Amino acid sequence: MPDTASRPGMLEQDAHRLSAVGDWTLPHYARLREAVAKVHEVESIDLQRLGELDTSGAALLVDLLGPDSVREIAQWAPNLPAERQALLKAVADANRNPLFAPPVPRGNPLAALAGLGQVAELLARQQLRLVAFIGLTLSTLLKTLFTPWRWRITSLSAHVQQTGLNAIPIVALLTFLVGAVVAFLGATVLRDFGATIYTVNLVTYSFLREFGILLAAILLAGRTASAFTAQIGSMKANEELDALRAQGLDPMEMLVLPRVLAMMISLPILALIGMLSGMLGGAVVCAMALDITSTQFLTILQRDIPLEHFLVGIGKAPLFAFVIAVIGCLEGFKAGASAQSVGEHTTSSVVQSIFMVILLDALAALFFMEMGW
Amino acid sequence: MNQTGEAIVEIRSLVNRFGDHVVHEGLDLDIRRGEILGVVGGSGTGKSVLLRSIVGLKQPDGGSIRVFGKDLQRLPSAQRTQIERRFGVLFQRGALFSSLNLQENVALPLFEHAGLSRSDAERLARVKLALAGLPPEAARLNPAELSGGMVKRAALARALALDPEVLFLDEPTAGLDPIGAAAFDRLIMTLRDALGFSVFLVTHDLDTLYSSCDRVAVIADKRVLVADSLATVEATDDPWIRDYFHGPRGRAASLAARHHSSPQGERR
Repeated sequence: MPDTASRPGMLEQDAHRLSAVGDWTLPHYARLREAVAKVHEVESIDLQRLGELDTSGAALLVDLLGPDSVREIAQWAPNLPAERQALLKAVADANRNPLFAPPVPRGNPLAALAGLGQVAELLARQQLRLVAFIGLTLSTLLKTLFTPWRWRITSLSAHVQQTGLNAIPIVALLTFLVGAVVAFLGATVLRDFGATIYTVNLVTYSFLREFGILLAAILLAGRTASAFTAQIGSMKANEELDALRAQGLDPMEMLVLPRVLAMMISLPILALIGMLSGMLGGAVVCAMALDITSTQFLTILQRDIPLEHFLVGIGKAPLFAFVIAVIGCLEGFKAGASAQSVGEHTTSSVVQSIFMVILLDALAALFFMEMGW
Repeated sequence: MNQTGEAIVEIRSLVNRFGDHVVHEGLDLDIRRGEILGVVGGSGTGKSVLLRSIVGLKQPDGGSIRVFGKDLQRLPSAQRTQIERRFGVLFQRGALFSSLNLQENVALPLFEHAGLSRSDAERLARVKLALAGLPPEAARLNPAELSGGMVKRAALARALALDPEVLFLDEPTAGLDPIGAAAFDRLIMTLRDALGFSVFLVTHDLDTLYSSCDRVAVIADKRVLVADSLATVEATDDPWIRDYFHGPRGRAASLAARHHSSPQGERR
């Protein structure tokens, strides 16, 4: 261990002659640097009693003496071992250019305002790009629609398995739990009016129209949009997208279409599963806490709930699926070459797709209400 | 100038395997103080695996690796870190931290290990970047903005950050143009002469072998066939070595080296 036997490096001054004493090494850098800063530039220094020397110590000596006089070290310190001289010269040569890059100009008070403008512009551009990407996806879809030999069935089914089949357990469990919670809430409020029987209507209405599809969509936004971004982003970082293009293959057709279509197939099915499982959760609570038997639950469901609620709910699924998949893929394409960039865009794709799902759902709710559906 | 001879890394009957696939079996090799040791071998002979075993990124499946006289595997982790700080590693693709700019990349080990203040560490980092031959403007660039040659230089600056005693280079000139590769070879030699470290150099570049290596170790058949001066290695009677050094590329590199070593060639 060299550090244990280390004599701290020092700068000693006696009778107009400076001498460097002890080890001028990394562990003593901070203290030596202070000492060096106190001394004005000198022409030469006594190095007879110098102990260890490494690059950091050499850098300090160069700071002290200036690169020019260090380069002529052979003249004023001929006794210094050759490798020490070589080290000092190498560091001096490295210091030939000023080490500090020209400072970056500081922002003025208006910079914050400019920053705000930039963010707004970026946001607008992002939306524009999303619209453009949607258009590109649709036109590619139309092109391939009439050329069935270019349909990528294998890729499509693999993505259906990943986004749809593998998500069934989590969607079912989550909606079951939320269904139970909604039933409990309904029971608590409705009990005061002696109308606990309407809990059935509450659970079925909310799950058929909203919760089934909304919960499934949010789950897929978190689970699959992020996966799409990470997959495509890391392919981009690895230049795989360029390789595809260079071979005359269209990444839109090879990568985006199978993912978008798989999502549009999976989400309606998952939404249906979400609805059923949510109502099951409600039915279980009704049976256990409210003495509404499952026969009763089913009778009310059959008699009082018109089909249109189900259609309103499931009708939104393809739209949500399309938006989630497109955002996921687009963010992947936008990612840069670094791991950090892929991470940032993955986050962004999840946030954007959840935001869009909720926004679209709110707009749809307004629309359906006005239409009286 | 340096007292070559003393072995600072001693590898004895090293065994490495991945599942059933045996990479090394009974491999012996020394790295001596102050030398540049070139390690060559066909693709898949485990040159990089050997490097990773020495620096402690892969646990060997048998044998011993003694570094500065100590067996790394048997040391408690604190002492191990102490020893590992005396290594500098340049990975094949640079492995610069993509979220930090160059000066932060080099400064990171300085303020993490040496306990320097941030400004001191970044100042020293700029010295190292300049030593590695990068212009001052490069200090604030991000790794994604660099060309291949600059990545290698920046990675070298980071490997040199703590003044290592052994520098491990994994194919440092792969992917560089011949001029950049020759400049990199010269840079390694200059720094080795100035800083006195040893170099463990995994390479496919015959020009590098001829221009800068003191000794060459050939890995084949899961062990080191021969580790000696280039002349001795060239003369070794082994089919692979013959093909390697006396093939068209080997001959050309050997010729170029002989041609230029006589007038003490600065330029190649």
